[in-house]
Amino acid sequence: MSSPLPGLQVESVTGIDVSLPVAGAGARSFAFLIDWHIRLLLALGWYVAAALIYNGRLSLAPSTSEDARWFAGVLAPALAIYLLYHWVLELAMRGSTPGKRTAGVRIVARDGSAASAGALLARNAFRIIDSLPALYCVGLVTAIVTREHVRIGDMAAGTLLVYEHAEARLPAAAQAAAPPQLDPAAAELVAELLERWPSLTVESRQRLAQQLLGRYAAHDADGGEASLHERLERLLRPLPGGAR
Amino acid sequence: VSGAARRHALTASLLARAGLWQQADARARRFARGRGEDAAEVAALADDYRLLAHDLARVRTLLPESRTREFLEAAYARTHATLHHGAWRAGDALLTLLRDDIPLVVRQLAPYIAWTTLLFVLAFAGGYALVHRYPELIALFASPDLIATVERGQLWTEGLLNIVPSSVLSVQILANNIVVSLFAYCAGFLFGLGTLYILGLNGLMLGAVLAFVSQHGLRTQLLTFIVAHGCVELSVMCLSAAAGPAVAEALIRPGPAGRRESFRNAALRSGKLLIVCALLLVGAGLIEGYISPNPRVSLGVRIAVGVGYWLLMLALLSGRLFGRPARRTAL
Repeated sequence: MSSPLPGLQVESVTGIDVSLPVAGAGARSFAFLIDWHIRLLLALGWYVAAALIYNGRLSLAPSTSEDARWFAGVLAPALAIYLLYHWVLELAMRGSTPGKRTAGVRIVARDGSAASAGALLARNAFRIIDSLPALYCVGLVTAIVTREHVRIGDMAAGTLLVYEHAEARLPAAAQAAAPPQLDPAAAELVAELLERWPSLTVESRQRLAQQLLGRYAAHDADGGEASLHERLERLLRPLPGGAR
Repeated sequence: VSGAARRHALTASLLARAGLWQQADARARRFARGRGEDAAEVAALADDYRLLAHDLARVRTLLPESRTREFLEAAYARTHATLHHGAWRAGDALLTLLRDDIPLVVRQLAPYIAWTTLLFVLAFAGGYALVHRYPELIALFASPDLIATVERGQLWTEGLLNIVPSSVLSVQILANNIVVSLFAYCAGFLFGLGTLYILGLNGLMLGAVLAFVSQHGLRTQLLTFIVAHGCVELSVMCLSAAAGPAVAEALIRPGPAGRRESFRNAALRSGKLLIVCALLLVGAGLIEGYISPNPRVSLGVRIAVGVGYWLLMLALLSGRLFGRPARRTAL
């Protein structure tokens, strides 16, 4: 469950605004760091593999002779991977990259639609300004101080980063065929605890289960771990003969 | 019925539609990937949109901080974007940019391009005239090493490939040129003064150096070196420098949209031109690294490459390279 974030409100003909939570400097930095590692490793990987093949021995030394094969096969692809990573992937992945996907963010236009190709390419052209004087200082500072957490490239291209919630799933309680006996908000809490059950420590899940059972079920909250789980599951089942 | 019971009943009846929400979300995802062409499905998507809007409004009130709301917000946003803007196809988006957007930007920036080109030509002529009349002024524009080399009757480009391989030279040149172009563009934000300075200085230097090498009988060699890459490189410099003042004007005279919005529109418009400039400079860098310093390449080939690449640039900027008709007839 997430608290509402400051976001982009897009007007709709239905009268219900589309709400897109804007990603902050933290999510941006996280996405960028992942992407930077990916492109660096890919470019280095290509260079090392291609240089070893080109040299035919255990050497990464660049060619000193006038050989176009060195440029076309070793240097240019490695540079292309490193320099064109954002340009190509953002176009191909509809304003996303592996790093952005991991951070759960995506580039959109200011009307909430997918950013155009021109906007995606323009925001990348402005990276040279955002990266000044070093370590993306300009971009980071503008992302922190602006209301919509945008860097110069985003300002110029009319884009911003929003949380995508691509994997947002309905809680089990909402997907149940019949309405549960609990208040839906409480049912969500119980369903979420059951979903996270395997990833929690025994102490944590016992404590949380007892709290929820104590609050929503008039049963004895004592008992073994298995029975706590069973009782939580029972809470989510419809009452016998309950009307829809 | 108590308020709580009523609220509970409303929420329960709302959640009973969860299956419909999931279907709507799946449909929107399918369309967003361009995998839905059926007219009935499109009509269903429009119905989904209304359903999601209605239910989201209720969930915002009944379950304001819940995962159900999070799911519905995402599904509604996705359906809204798909319905209003269609599927995203990277190839189509790129084609639209190159065939339609870039020529439009070039037409819009035509007055700026004309002015910056004129400025560059005047500065070039000024630099040439200055050094032609007062040869000692070359010290203001060129390094002592360059002056000494030319005075020995050699060009600084001779034997360049003996020092740096073509591959490294190309990368150095294209990276440097792209940075200079972006800098010229950004300098234009300073109310056009930066452009005036950078273009003026570059024009003066080029004119001065050409006059200086002419005095030492090296003009043909220099032009032979420049012709293959210079046509596009100099044109791109004027193009990128023209984009900067366009943004500056949006800041000075923002119009009814406001300064921020005008800046955004102008920067996006001119940013598209910069992308083409960067692409062209990559090609120019490769030519400058592989063809220009290579003494085995004849003058005829150099001219063919230079003129051919320049014509390619024109075709790219006019959109004809990607099938844009030469003239559009009004309907």
